[in-house]
Formats: sequence, structure tokens, C-alpha cells
Amino acid sequence: MTALVDEELLERAPHDNSLPRVTPHRTAEITSHLRTPKTLWCPGCSNGIVTRALIDAVLALDLNDDRTCVIAGIGCAGRITAYLNWSTVHTAHGRALAVATGAKAADPGLNVIVVMGDGDCVAIGGNHLIHAARRNIDVTAVVFNNSIYGMTGGQMSPTTFEGDVSTTSVYGNVEQAFDICELARAAGATYVARGTSYNYQRLAQLIAGGIAHKGFSFVEAMVACPTYYGRQNGIPTPADMLKMQKARAVPVEKFDSEGPRLRDRYPVGVLHHAERQEYTAAYADVVRRSQEPPRD
Amino acid sequence: MTDASTKAKSRAPEAVVIDLDLCKACGICITLCPTDVFDRDDFGRPVVARLADCTLCAFCERHCPDFAIDIVRVGDNA
Amino acid sequence: MPQPRRLIAGNEAVAEGAIAAGARFFAGYPITPSTEIAEVLSRRLPQVDGHFVQMEDEIASIAAVIGASLAGAKALTATSGPGFSLMQESIGYAAMAQVPCVIIDVMRGGPSTGLPTEPSQGDVMQARWGTHGEHSIIALVPSSVAECFSLTVEAFNLAEAYRTPVIVLSDATIGHLREAVALPLPEELRIAERGEPDVPPEDYDEVMSTVDNIMPRPALGSRYSVHVTGLVYDSSRGGTPATGTPAVAEGLGRYLREKIYHHRDAICRVEETEMEDAEVAIFAYGSVARSARAAMKWARRQGVKVGLVRPITLWPFPTEAVDHMAEQVRAIIVPEMNLKQIAWEVQAAVWGRARVIDYGRIDGKLIRPEEIQDLIRREFHYHRFEETP
Repeated sequence: MTALVDEELLERAPHDNSLPRVTPHRTAEITSHLRTPKTLWCPGCSNGIVTRALIDAVLALDLNDDRTCVIAGIGCAGRITAYLNWSTVHTAHGRALAVATGAKAADPGLNVIVVMGDGDCVAIGGNHLIHAARRNIDVTAVVFNNSIYGMTGGQMSPTTFEGDVSTTSVYGNVEQAFDICELARAAGATYVARGTSYNYQRLAQLIAGGIAHKGFSFVEAMVACPTYYGRQNGIPTPADMLKMQKARAVPVEKFDSEGPRLRDRYPVGVLHHAERQEYTAAYADVVRRSQEPPRD
Repeated sequence: MTDASTKAKSRAPEAVVIDLDLCKACGICITLCPTDVFDRDDFGRPVVARLADCTLCAFCERHCPDFAIDIVRVGDNA
Repeated sequence: MPQPRRLIAGNEAVAEGAIAAGARFFAGYPITPSTEIAEVLSRRLPQVDGHFVQMEDEIASIAAVIGASLAGAKALTATSGPGFSLMQESIGYAAMAQVPCVIIDVMRGGPSTGLPTEPSQGDVMQARWGTHGEHSIIALVPSSVAECFSLTVEAFNLAEAYRTPVIVLSDATIGHLREAVALPLPEELRIAERGEPDVPPEDYDEVMSTVDNIMPRPALGSRYSVHVTGLVYDSSRGGTPATGTPAVAEGLGRYLREKIYHHRDAICRVEETEMEDAEVAIFAYGSVARSARAAMKWARRQGVKVGLVRPITLWPFPTEAVDHMAEQVRAIIVPEMNLKQIAWEVQAAVWGRARVIDYGRIDGKLIRPEEIQDLIRREFHYHRFEETP
């Protein structure tokens, strides 16, 4: 078992807030990293777009395919594990980050990417999110946030907004939505970013930046669910949902922190980037110290 | 000085190929193409109607959630 | 050269057994009376280039164990009743996805918060059926500190051989019991290693495993690319889910059962003492077996023909051993620190050929030899007061 982090990855880590260059690949190159391009996602679901951005991000960093694995929870986003042809783990609901913690700790050289839906990440998985962030373990969490529970038929999620209609909030949701980027940052994540399916190039770069960052990286990808969120909240088409992302996303440098930051406008880009000791590196030091001969 | 149509023509790809087996007729490419290259067929799927207007922005290729669009660039191997 | 004996507690012996078996990952959460296992491993694992992590709860712990095992490490967690309950979903995941791992449950009084510092045997049926769905499991029950060590080693070997979670059912008594034990040297132990499949990556698929040739799963990050899921599956190649094909679900479920049940001869271990001429047997496990053994010896001193059958493997249930016992004896005393959880299994296997005398105690106190002696007295209508002590 190696205690070393992938040195190649370290070389590419940004020393400032600039992101890795991502050159989007042709469709044939993208689908060569899929077991099948025929997904079960709904027409117009952005999951396919974010999947493509994820593949482009990994390709941009020239990661070793053998040493890359994607661990995902349950939900529409979790189905990515059946499609990507790296090693993939489809975990129990909400437990992807805990499984990823075990895998990364047992083999720190693994490139671990964790894909979760919003429910998987901050409802049932909320506790594992805050502790993975607190530990600053070097995995990259990509949350496919569509503000709904799609797989189970359109129930509300902790990221569904006040007033939104869902199958379990037919009178309008009365609960506030998480700002999950704020949650991740407050818990200790050292790379926090938000992107939209609309702005593909930026999203792919943000994901690449997260993978390259050594520490807990958290990327929120705004995703359209036309079938459940869209239909129940009066948004006619998938294209309309992408247009709404374009209208609401404000680059972080232009986002005034006074204004509301959730439903109607939100900052996108790298929202937080810090450096502090990463968990597996810190534990490698524990191993070293535990093996020092006892002082007389 | 080249006129707009010549400029557009010089950027147009060889072809925009739609894999009809993968396409789920979501309409993203049709609606969001900035130069309105596509028409819609009876099943809601894109039909390349104005290839000459394509600027190869590749928005359709990258935003197709079903990997159904392949833009064949000029100079690609046949 | 024999090892020197050292005074060691059951929980510490479990930790040392894990290390000896090659375990290099522990994730757990403190809970009485198992906490010493975590504490010892937090100190010992880094010394052997292993990893210890105290996770945020037991759900995270078993999930991290699964992740570490998928990454190629032998991994374990340790808990007690309330934590064991929390872990059930992912234990089922490990059974379904065939992930080797070891779960130590140091049983205490339950249900719920119960009696945190007192022993019970209340989780024995939960070990079999705690997780939802049709599944198989292996569970071992130590009744001494030496067995805390050796059965933990055995648990890892079984987990690797059968690609399954294995539960070690200790209890508060055995966990905190100190005995003088000479722990075996590493070279004296049989350790099963995981290995890699014997086909190249391009040919490998999950479905190649058969009941007689259970292929090891390659690790995440190896040359092999695998897809691991808790959904019904027929392949590790991913792609279109197999959940829509009934034959796949039936086939997988039966394979998961047969994978273990076909090998019950190798898995089910039972220790029989003084059974050759026994008219009555005591069927006891774990710490209660210690009292049962004392009671049996007392009975023999009175000239009463009692034998002890002690299951070391509780699941799969050692039906053959009980079957054999039922052919021979007229009554089977089953003392347990629960209310008849295993006695029901014994009764089913006995099939009316002998009387099953259950005896339960759930007040957090170890069943004493005297209590079992009373049962023996009653069985043999033994009223003499001057007994050979």
C-alpha cells in the first residue's frame, strides 16, 4: 500500500486560482470512455452534459485510466457508474463519500471522483459530506444538483427552493434550500466551485481544477431535470432550463454578496480555494511517527 | 473584406451528424443553436437545414446529453 | 519455540488477530463494550503501514470498510448492538456486491441503548437477518480470548475465500475477559490472500465466478476496470442494468446463497466434548459455553452422561451437527442470553427427535454454571443433595 499521492497530479495543481486548460474532445473520443452511450436519463436531462464535462476534465489532466475510479451514490446521477468505463462503485444511498474515504485511505494514489445527486449528497449523505470536507481528504466531489429527487419520481430535495412544487410539496415547499457550496466551505472544503450545464467549458474546467487540487474538492454542477422539476414548476422545455441557468449564473467576481444567492442568481466559478494539510498526507506522517523507535 | 456569408462558410464543418439511435429529441440543440442550423423533424429530432450557417461553436455537440452529435470538421479523414 | 503467554483481554486479542490476518484498514466509531478494539488498532495499524480512521458514525464506518476492501485492503470494523443496527444496510451491500470484510459485534444488552456495559447474546438472529433481502452470511462466535484471536483470523480467511462479509459475535464478557494466552506466531497461521483473477483484464467479468471457483475481485486502481453495484447485476461490465431481467435476479440470489451453503462443510465448525456416550447435550455458544462446559463437567462428576456441543460457526447454522446430536440424545439444553433465538433453530433442525430445553436470561448477567446444573438436575430427576462438588 503506497502512502504517496500521485506526484503527476501534484505537478499540475494550480498554484493560484487559474484552472487547468480543458480542450473539449470529439464525441467519439468521449464515448470511448463509456461502456455504452445509451443512457437511461430522460430527454433533456443535463446529466449527460456533466458526464461529458467530467470525461473532458479527466482527459485534460491526462490521468492514468487504471488509477481513476468514480464512486457514486443512488439516484439519477449515480447511474453514471454504469456508463463510465473506469472502475466505478455504485454505493448505498448517501454513502459515496464514506466509501470514497475508505478507498482513498487504503490506496492514496487512487484518483477518486465522487458523483452524487443533491439528495444523496446533502440529505442522507449530509453527515459524510461535512466530515469529508473537515478531513480535507483528497477526493473530488461533483454534485449533480437538479433540486429534485428524480429517480423516485419528483419529490423535494434539500436544495429545492421555497415555493417550488414537487410530489411531496404540492402546496409549495416551505423549507429553505441549502447553499451547498457554502455548506462545503464552512465544513472545511479547500476547493469549492459551482458551474452550470449551460456553460460547458467553464464546468469542465472547474471539475479539472477540483481534480487537480490536492484536498477535498467540491464542485456543484447545476443540472436541469425537465421531467420532474421542470414540469412541476412550469418550465416548458429542457432548453428553457438551460437558458435559466445562463440567466441566473453570475461569475463570482461580479457577484455582489449582498444579493440573494440561491434560486434566482448564484455565483459561479471557483468560490473558495485554500491550501491546508490533506488527510492522507497527514496520516502518512502518523505512520512514520508510529514506527519511530521509542526514545530511551 | 469578406462578407458575412463567406466568413460563415469558411467556418462551417463538413457535416453535423446526428445519431438518431441515441437522440432523445430533447430539443436543446435545435433551440440553443446560435445560428439556427437545425429544423425539427416529426419526432422532434434535429435535422441539419442550414449547415452553411454553422460557426462550429460546438454548443450542440457539447450540450447533447446523449452523445448523439458528431461534428465532422473539414479535413477530417473520410 | 513456544510463544510466551501474556495476559490479554478479548478485545485486544481481536485487534491482534486482525493484524495477524493481514488487516490493514479499520474504520469504526467508539461504542461500549467494543471501543478497545478501535483504540488498540489506532495504535497498531500505523505501526504495520495500515490505516485507522474514526469515522463520524457506524454507517460511515462500514461504508469506509467497503471502500477500503474494494481498494484491495483487508478491512474491518468493530461495534456493539446499536452500531450493528446502523450498519445493516451496508452489510447487505457487502453481501450483494460480494465485498470481503469483517464486522466485530461485541454484544451487549439491548434492544436500543439497553445495557451498554453488560453482556447479552441478543444480536445472534440479527447477524443472520439484520439486513433486508434474501442473503447469506457467515458468523463466528468466540468463547475465549484465544478464540477472539483465532476466529478473527478465520473470519478474514472466510471473507476472502467466499467474498462475503463475516461477522464475529463476541460479547461484553468475552471482550473484557483477560486470559493468559500464547498468541500464535505469524508462520503458524494460515492466511488467505486475495490474489487477482486468472484471466486478463480484457476477458474478466464478474459472472465468471462459479460456486466452485469464486474468483477474487480485482481492486479499484488495478489493471482491471470493474463496476461494483448493490443493484441486481449479471456482469461487472456495467452498461445497461440487468434489473429488468427476472432470470438474472433469481440467478444472482441463488448464486449468493449457494456460494456459501455449498461449502458449509468447510465453513461450519462445531466443537463436541464428551458426546460419545451422552444422553443429554448442552448446545451453547460464546461466553455461555464457558458456563456450560463447567456444568457439563459437574454432571460427569455425578456420573450423569451429559455432553457439550459448541457451535463455533453460528451462520450458516450447523444443521448437520445438530442433526447428528438429535439422533443420539434425548434432550438438548440450549442456554442463551436471549429468549430462544438459537433454540428455535435447534428445534427446527432437531425435527422432534429430541426435546429442546431452552433457557434464557436477558438481565445482563452471565448465565452461571449453577443455572445449567439446575436444568440438568431437572432433566435427570436428580434430587440428591450430597453431590460431588
